[in-house]
Amino acid sequence: MIEVRQLAKQFRDNKRGIVRAVDGVSFACRPGEIYGLLGANGAGKTTTLRILATILTPSQGTAVVAGYDVTRDPQRVRSSVGFLSTATALYARLSAREMVEYFGRLHGLEEATLRRRIDEIFERLDMNDFRDRRCDKLSTGMKQKVSIARTLVHDPSVMIFDEPTVGLDIMASRTITAFIRECRDAGKTVVLSTHVMREVEKLCDHIGIIHDGKLLAEGTLADLRARYAVQDLEDLFVKVVQA
Amino acid sequence: MSARAVGVVYRKELIDSLRDRRTVVSMIVVPLLVMPLLTIGMGFLSLTLVGLAMKESPKVMILGGQDSPQVVADLKRLPDLQVVPEQPDYAEEISNKQIRAAVEIPPGFEARLASGEPSTVTIYMYQGELKSGFGADHLQRFFRELRDRTIREHLEARQLPQSLARPFEINERNVAAPEKVGGALLGGMVPYFVILLCLTGAMYPAMDLTAGEKERGTIETILCSPVSRTDLVLGKFLMVLTASIATAVLAILAMAGSFAVGKKMLAGVMSGAVNSALQITITGKAMVSIFFVVLPMAVFFSAALLALSVFAKSFKEAQSYISPLMILVVMPAIAALLPGVELNSALALVPVLNTSLVSKEIITGTYHWDFIALIFLSSSVYAVLALAIAVKLFQSEDVLFRT
Repeated sequence: MIEVRQLAKQFRDNKRGIVRAVDGVSFACRPGEIYGLLGANGAGKTTTLRILATILTPSQGTAVVAGYDVTRDPQRVRSSVGFLSTATALYARLSAREMVEYFGRLHGLEEATLRRRIDEIFERLDMNDFRDRRCDKLSTGMKQKVSIARTLVHDPSVMIFDEPTVGLDIMASRTITAFIRECRDAGKTVVLSTHVMREVEKLCDHIGIIHDGKLLAEGTLADLRARYAVQDLEDLFVKVVQA
Repeated sequence: MSARAVGVVYRKELIDSLRDRRTVVSMIVVPLLVMPLLTIGMGFLSLTLVGLAMKESPKVMILGGQDSPQVVADLKRLPDLQVVPEQPDYAEEISNKQIRAAVEIPPGFEARLASGEPSTVTIYMYQGELKSGFGADHLQRFFRELRDRTIREHLEARQLPQSLARPFEINERNVAAPEKVGGALLGGMVPYFVILLCLTGAMYPAMDLTAGEKERGTIETILCSPVSRTDLVLGKFLMVLTASIATAVLAILAMAGSFAVGKKMLAGVMSGAVNSALQITITGKAMVSIFFVVLPMAVFFSAALLALSVFAKSFKEAQSYISPLMILVVMPAIAALLPGVELNSALALVPVLNTSLVSKEIITGTYHWDFIALIFLSSSVYAVLALAIAVKLFQSEDVLFRT
């Protein structure tokens, strides 16, 4: 479960002065549901998700993730969250297995549990062929699988995906979208950010349209289509943003 | 703080760094190769060159001396001198290194020697030029012996005691232990290299573990794991410290080994006097003591380098911050080599310089325990401050996500 309440984040920028990257955003996402934050580049999607993953702290407001407050209990939040983005790279000099092991240990897993968990995940994601290969020697698709394994190793109840398919080819991005669906089907709470309309249509149960740091519209795809009397999601997005 | 989390981070960073060629080169290869090369290589090279210069029989010119045939004949008979015919441009020939030195024998020299009248022999040489110096030395020695012999003959002829010309002897005795003699000569260099290697050993891992993570995009990956930022920076710090200490320890061992091997190699080559001047013994006690005074400085370097490089967005930017730091460290380390710079309670508070000075003393066998304690304490204070700054910077979003 994720509950975002009046979340705001300001940055000081040398050129632009104070920038309100996120400005009073509130939404909720329940287990077994995918919530999609739809917005253009610079709309505030990444900042919002980074706050939910406690990589950044909010300037105002808060969010409760898996029952823990992001400002008061960031470490527990991180223990319950799997965070994946194209910016979360792998350690090039570690092998696929070492990479996943490292994060399992940081999550405090016992060695026996960790070994069992890794065997299970590597089997399921079909990663055994390259488990001992260094991450810098892996193909993009293999790297994606290692990243997925890394987010799953501690079996989090909440998954956060920040533009997960940016820069990936069709096969690699299909691996990711399939994985996101699996997460929902396993009853996890899933939030993802994207600017790809098709991804939203295919995956999201709820949509929030974010622009200039503000959440402008929210609801299921059907709700939004009815409310704005537009069928095409791209047209709908433009209508919301320009309103 | 969780010791387990710090340990997990440290272990990962250690494995990761040992797979990084640059870190391995700066941590292991440089101290193990540079030290023997510098000590044995440079020492051997300079001694070989000096030896070659000494073996050469210098060409010298005799100016005048037509009425002193015996002296000229004796000079020409010297086995390690080549006498060339007199030319008017002797000064130029010395400058051009065609001849090494010249000696001017005044008119009526032998007659004056016999009669006891004073006269002056002038030796021409090119000061500062090694081979010219050797040539002039040969001439000096010849004429000094001639003078002594003449005095002896005069005294004997007059039936006077030899002690008339030498009423007393002057005796100089060294009270410093052999290692102190060697230490004063070479000892100053040792701490300088150890300090420098402590810094260079920490440099690559510090940049790789911070700015490198930002550049490769793994910083966000690690920040979304539950490890606290304090534990993360402490784990990284321990790795950088390991590299720094490993470099310094390997350097000290390589140096002690090089001196031992160098001494054996030189023993056969060199004459006794030069050999004893070059002898340097780094005792086990000195090695351990240097390790402990260098330790807080290594902590200081590691933390300062981490703090500096976490601020940088990329490896390149980190390098541009750290390069000036090299100069900042090299200057006080070199200042300790200057003659007359001695440890006092004020200098004991100057970072790097204090460690350099006290290590120099330790190598020459002097242990000022009050200064050693003061230096350990002051260096520890600097180290803790630098580490606190590094931790603080790691907790700052503005620093970690600088754009």
